[in-house]
Amino acid sequence: MSTFTLENLKEIMQSCADQDSNPVDLSRNFLDVPFKELDFDSLAVLEIATRVQQEIGVRISDDAVAEMTTPQAVLDYVNRESVA
Amino acid sequence: MSGRRARIPVVTGMGVVAPGGLGIGPFWDLMSNGRTATRRVTLFDPEGFRCQVAAECDFDPVALGLTPQEVRRMDRVAQMAVVASREALADSGLVLDDVPPDRVAVAIGNAVGNTIMMEQEYAVVSDGGRKWLTDWEYAVPYSYNYMVPSSLAAEIAVGVGAEGPVSVVSTGCTSGLDAVGYAARLIEEGSADVVVCGAADAPISPITMACFDALRATTPNNSDPGHACRPFDRQRDGIVLGEGAAVFVMEEREHARRRMAAERAVLLGYAGRANAYHMTGLKEDGRELSVAIDTALADAGVDVSQVDYINAHGSGTRQNDRHETAAVKRSFRHRAREVPMSSVKSMIGHSLGAIGAIEVAASILAIEHDLVPPTANLEHADPECDLDYVPNTARETPVDVVLSVGSGFGGFQTAVVLGAGEAVPA
Amino acid sequence: MSRVVVTGLGVLAPNGNGTDDYWSNTLAGKSGIAPISLYDASRYPCTLAGEVPGFDAEVRVPGKLRAQTDHMTHLALAATEAALADAQADPAAFGEYEMGVVTANSSGGTVFGQRELEKLWSKGPEHVGAYMAVAWFYAATTGQISIRHKMRGPCGVLVAEQAGGLDAIGHAVRQVRREGLRLIVTGGTDASLSPAGLTAQLTTGLLSHRSDPHRAYLPFDRAAAGYVPGQGGAVLLLEDYGSAVKRGAPRLYGEIAGYAAGFDPGSRHVLPRVIVKALTAAGAGPDDVDVVFADALGDFAADRQEARALRELFGPRGVPVTAPKTMTGRLYAGGGPLDVASALLAIRDQVIPPTVNVADPVPGDELDLVLGEPRPAPVRTALVVARGFGGFCTAIVVRALP
Repeated sequence: MSTFTLENLKEIMQSCADQDSNPVDLSRNFLDVPFKELDFDSLAVLEIATRVQQEIGVRISDDAVAEMTTPQAVLDYVNRESVA
Repeated sequence: MSGRRARIPVVTGMGVVAPGGLGIGPFWDLMSNGRTATRRVTLFDPEGFRCQVAAECDFDPVALGLTPQEVRRMDRVAQMAVVASREALADSGLVLDDVPPDRVAVAIGNAVGNTIMMEQEYAVVSDGGRKWLTDWEYAVPYSYNYMVPSSLAAEIAVGVGAEGPVSVVSTGCTSGLDAVGYAARLIEEGSADVVVCGAADAPISPITMACFDALRATTPNNSDPGHACRPFDRQRDGIVLGEGAAVFVMEEREHARRRMAAERAVLLGYAGRANAYHMTGLKEDGRELSVAIDTALADAGVDVSQVDYINAHGSGTRQNDRHETAAVKRSFRHRAREVPMSSVKSMIGHSLGAIGAIEVAASILAIEHDLVPPTANLEHADPECDLDYVPNTARETPVDVVLSVGSGFGGFQTAVVLGAGEAVPA
Repeated sequence: MSRVVVTGLGVLAPNGNGTDDYWSNTLAGKSGIAPISLYDASRYPCTLAGEVPGFDAEVRVPGKLRAQTDHMTHLALAATEAALADAQADPAAFGEYEMGVVTANSSGGTVFGQRELEKLWSKGPEHVGAYMAVAWFYAATTGQISIRHKMRGPCGVLVAEQAGGLDAIGHAVRQVRREGLRLIVTGGTDASLSPAGLTAQLTTGLLSHRSDPHRAYLPFDRAAAGYVPGQGGAVLLLEDYGSAVKRGAPRLYGEIAGYAAGFDPGSRHVLPRVIVKALTAAGAGPDDVDVVFADALGDFAADRQEARALRELFGPRGVPVTAPKTMTGRLYAGGGPLDVASALLAIRDQVIPPTVNVADPVPGDELDLVLGEPRPAPVRTALVVARGFGGFCTAIVVRALP
């Protein structure tokens, strides 16, 4: 498995939302801000999950996706998977 | 209030291709016995997919009378539509030679086109996904028929000799209901006397299954395929894809009477609304679906007290069943718990654009047999879904008026009201 | 029956990004047909297409929406904004159920679809994205327009290949009348020019294989050799006449006066009958028609069939006939709506746009083709004809308001 970093996640978030007109401020501490407040709807979170899945090469379970309510939760999941 | 309308659309024939039973007889046998036709996917190897179950038809086009050239030319979805249209025409007893061809229309609902052949052709010209710049020399002559869903309506039009308005109605998962509604409008306004209408979809292919995997909308539970689709159950966890077709011969009432044709049902009312909320998400309050229901009932001149059965969308996702329950409560108020409401998707899965028409067929059969088909696999009550869903066993009860509802991607919310056909005046 | 009028136009065509740009280029005879730039088309027998020039989705479509939609929907969303602006119609000023959307589509989000199919087939099912399901299907555009502008009234999607765009407009008129809508967004855009999309289109045998943009698409010409595909289309804003007047809509382009559709399994009588039905619905006769926007497929047999229908109905050289689509290529579900937009602009400016590149019309057709130059003429009533692969036939009559 290749390493998955914060930068990878930022890149994925940018491309899923493609938010150049109203960019998410990913310079501040956004990791614990719920996706909803970052203007990522349920569909966008599913798209993020797919892209993460592609990066780490492991299918993410539905329960795990349901828990991905913040960017930090995504990183936590990936880190857990990498250790396992 | 059919009297308000000068031209009344009635159903004089129908044909069904559905999982677990081809033709009206086997279809109703499955419905009335509450059997399920969901199983592990056999149309392709589902290994590696998140969801590996579907409701498939055991469909042999050659055995059903299609010629080798028809089989080559048509995707599975068109084959199913054509088979269902032939059954519908035979059932109606209509001899189309007796009808001016420009008075015959076709309106076929479909959500995802000729998916199976489109994908197979893609795989060939891209050499298994290796080439973005496809090898055009490998394309078969009917590739364009597979690319455009309009070929489906064209096949039926050619088959029945229709020269009136012909179209595919494609509003995602409400396509089947919307096609029937569209057909009714053509008859009411006088654009046609006969409309061969209904819907077909055959989406059980890798790309569609992968799409629903990505959305996590299908059930991830592959361990018990026969009980995979659990609408309104507390343990429901997603839809099960299905496939099939239902086609009707819809006629203007006087046109049907002149030839002494029996009315199987009357299309009393129809309405569609959009939630303008989200492509896949549903608000919990069910407001726009409720407005569609209210409007369709008003169109039919039917009061909620007259509805004997609600044929639910009941897709078996957590959000849909909650949303739909809320909508029915908004529209039916104190009567909501008194009207039996069931989801036939529990037995035959969700065939996307086709299912609305298949559900209209089930609704018509419910009227004819005074029997409400059950919601199969409903074992664990859910406090969020607290209506009478007719669990597991069909129920004998007088059925004269049915409300059939649908809800789909894009935010479309549709309701159709069907009534018992009138006897042919002596 | 209530009058349904067009109050706003949004055009994105290969020879014009925006209505004004399109119309001035069309009157000037400027074509947008050029070598395909979307990918290396040199290996294909069809190397030309009409692509919308300078359309920047990053500017025209908000980021979130752009990521989850195909190019066909980008074009429609931008054209809808333009049509609403043109009509000075603010959706917030209408009741949510007083507005609807009906669009046509021919083959779905082809570019998006090919990209996701490639992921599936080259890497596996877990690589298919969540946006695919809502980007690719035929209803994507109607759904997204409805959501973006909070239009909660009846919505619809019709598919009849290249005739579907007119069917959508006809259905939109029906919805205004039958459902009492005040405003409806209709029309269509398509963008089916991915390599796989083009590969499938090639199998009809109807695409031109010529590489000279001036010689590739020559309907009604003795040298006709098929058509050039294009992308884009038009979105029209339709309103109930009384409501449009009451709210002070800045311009009433004209009314959609008549619509009819039919299916032609190969006989010769269907197209004339559909035209007559559309005229009858408009309360008009052939003598009332000032110009015909022809389907003009560029296929020898189909051109003769259309010419014969027009000759029978209007008499030899009985009515000016034009095909500005010789400057755009055929836009699939977007083609009919673009011709309706052109017809309304012809009424506005009292000028018939030209058919370009056609130099040697088939003499037996006896058509009064408007060739090369725009023709100033009194234009009050226009007929638009569209046909779709497989036998679809549709006609719309648009008319100036009295």
